[in-house]
Amino acid sequence: MSETIKRPKRKNPILRTRSPTLPPDRRSRIALGLVRGAAQGKLELQRCADCGTVQYPPREACVRCLSAELEWTLMSGRGELVSETMLRHSQELFFRERVPWRLGLIRLTEGVSLVAHLDARCGPAPSTVKVEAALDRAGQAVLVARPDAGDAALADDPKLRDMTSDPRFRKVLVTDAKSPVGQAVVRTVLEAGADLVWAGHCEPWKKPPGWPAIAELPKTMLVPLDVTDTRSVNELAAELGFKVDIVINTAEHHRTFGLFGRAGVETAKAEMETNCFGLLRLAQAFGPIMQARGADGDASAVAWVNLLSIYALSNFPQHATYSASMAAALSVAQALRAEMRVAGIRVVNIFPGPIDDEWNQLLLPPKLAPSAVARAIVAALKGSVEDVYPGDIAQDWLARFRDNPKALERELGR
Amino acid sequence: MASRTASYEGVAVAVPVTVPYERFTIRGAHWFIARALKQLVEGAGISKDEIDGLCVASFTLAPDSAVGLTQHLGLSTRWLDHVPMGGASGIVSLRRAARAVQAGDAEIVACIAGDTNHVDSFRLSTATFSMFAQDAVYPYGAGGPNTSFAFLTAYYMRKYGATSQDFGRLCVAQRANALHFPHALFKKPLTLDEYLNARLVADPLRLFDCVMPCAGAEAFLVMSEDRAKRLGLPHARLTSAIERHNAFRDDPVQDRGGWAMDRDCLYETAGVGPADIDLVEVYDDYPVICVLQLEDLGFCGKGEGPDFIRRHSFEVNGSFPYNTSGGQLSIGQAGAAGGTLGLVEAIRQLTGQTLGAKVEKARHALVSGFGMINFDRGLCTGAAILAAT
Repeated sequence: MSETIKRPKRKNPILRTRSPTLPPDRRSRIALGLVRGAAQGKLELQRCADCGTVQYPPREACVRCLSAELEWTLMSGRGELVSETMLRHSQELFFRERVPWRLGLIRLTEGVSLVAHLDARCGPAPSTVKVEAALDRAGQAVLVARPDAGDAALADDPKLRDMTSDPRFRKVLVTDAKSPVGQAVVRTVLEAGADLVWAGHCEPWKKPPGWPAIAELPKTMLVPLDVTDTRSVNELAAELGFKVDIVINTAEHHRTFGLFGRAGVETAKAEMETNCFGLLRLAQAFGPIMQARGADGDASAVAWVNLLSIYALSNFPQHATYSASMAAALSVAQALRAEMRVAGIRVVNIFPGPIDDEWNQLLLPPKLAPSAVARAIVAALKGSVEDVYPGDIAQDWLARFRDNPKALERELGR
Repeated sequence: MASRTASYEGVAVAVPVTVPYERFTIRGAHWFIARALKQLVEGAGISKDEIDGLCVASFTLAPDSAVGLTQHLGLSTRWLDHVPMGGASGIVSLRRAARAVQAGDAEIVACIAGDTNHVDSFRLSTATFSMFAQDAVYPYGAGGPNTSFAFLTAYYMRKYGATSQDFGRLCVAQRANALHFPHALFKKPLTLDEYLNARLVADPLRLFDCVMPCAGAEAFLVMSEDRAKRLGLPHARLTSAIERHNAFRDDPVQDRGGWAMDRDCLYETAGVGPADIDLVEVYDDYPVICVLQLEDLGFCGKGEGPDFIRRHSFEVNGSFPYNTSGGQLSIGQAGAAGGTLGLVEAIRQLTGQTLGAKVEKARHALVSGFGMINFDRGLCTGAAILAAT
């Protein structure tokens, strides 16, 4: 856990809450190719399929042989810091509020030069560094040079903490803390140093295993929240929305039927009610309040996490209506990402494969332990990603989807 | 080996024009270019219609280019060019205009570089200066050219042992030169202590290392020597000129420019060497690039710049007269006009029309340009040698 991040001072209520500013986000379309890898924390640069030349900044043709066959390829990121500066003056408000700002000129082992944000712990030039892709507060892909050795967290550099949504010293709402994943998320977020967790729960008569212990945890407050009930959502938002720094929406409804497994649309409706409309209700109630707190000191509103499913990418016919509701939820989440971006608030989507819970009993392993999902969520917050595909199944389906979505459709339909 | 180039014999440059600089203005670039054109016409004693070639450099003319200017200013030229090369545009304009005159494509070419500077225009132009700058530099701190030159300066200092004092001596000498030049925006002397104690802008760059954006224009006419004589215009002869783009592209950090690639051609065509040059006007948006030009143009070897600076004085009456009107660092950088400022000053020095201090008995002037930090380095370089008649 970060030790260099100090507990933020209590907010001075006399002072105006600052409005969020963003780093420059204009990019050419070809440069947006960097976002694909960065969304998952991967440094991908263009590599020529014909001659193997790696190039940066992104181009429309190979700088060496002029081929148009350019592939975004995973890079080691290893390189040498050849020059650096401490910028003390900037043209843009975002950086004016943050200078001095350290920047490096790096030569990758692949032979390309690049400009990157420079971690405070990197030695002076010349020194060895590792370049990573990250997402800045505008949601755009940027390069960050980190020390080559050690595993110092991004958030440990106060200047680079903005690239993360580290839960340390932050207040977190877990919308359904009662489910196995929800319980694991509460515990993991607390271990990561969260100041306070609001543990949402509905159906008070239900006391699943582990739940009573959650109520006993320090820094945890149980709050009634039924995402299928607009009034419940709005009441909670009115009560504590202005204090929430991170929303982790774990609420889901999951039944395991194919299209013909149930007559009528009641099951599908129930799934949509929680998985899609639940997210919509939360977004409408909490989103605008959080937007206003995008720059509220060091512990500002910072992130919104949606627990979706890998089935959102392509329908898994054995769980047909659940898949449909998750596809709808993904679509809402994309809109939410666009809305929250103006305040620099990151929307993180988690696409797990089957979780090892009661509704996936009949699926063969590998299945994800709820604690693994929780760890993936917290790792995403501590890092600088927006799309997370935890576990082997999710990775396998993602690879197949990217390779050929029609093939995956046939494979899942078998 | 230098490649051969055809002679520039018979080409004259005349009517050096400066439209006085302003830090900020509400006027457009067209205004400054129009003022320059009027001064050219009046200075040459010709009618506007006798100008049959126009070459324009400007960052702030959008959505117009040189094309729109012909109608805006009522010109009907038979040769037209727009040179978007920033600090190299003066040299490149001169090269192209000279060839047009030699070939008979135009008789009198007006080369004008001018830009406006509104309160927010520098930010807007750096944000989208180039595709690579927009995609891969500006999002990193939005420092504009300060960031790139900080990298080059820090690298040069580390590799060749240059100190802040070395760069400071150039800046201080330029300020001394500027005090004689009426259009300089900086009117106060600069001491080395003031230079060294100025606030840091982007380490190791301090305030007086960084050029100040402003509005203004610079211009001159290119024509045949015969025509200049017939018009009775004091003029200088163009004896040689080079340009190069994206030189040494595999260098990890730019510590030499295209001048090093083409200088043999430059001197061979002119029939003179570095020792014959009486005054040097280099492109000076940051002092590190001045040092690269002194080295790459053969006044000293690579890495010997710091020693060269310590051995010489750079005032108009010094051992190495250099940036004799004060350069952009002390006059101001009027956008693309910064790339023509040195050329205009050299013409003045060689034709006895100086506005400031005069270099005595100047016969040969070397003018050098550098432009367009596209990503991590400046891409355009050029240089020309002018001779007095």
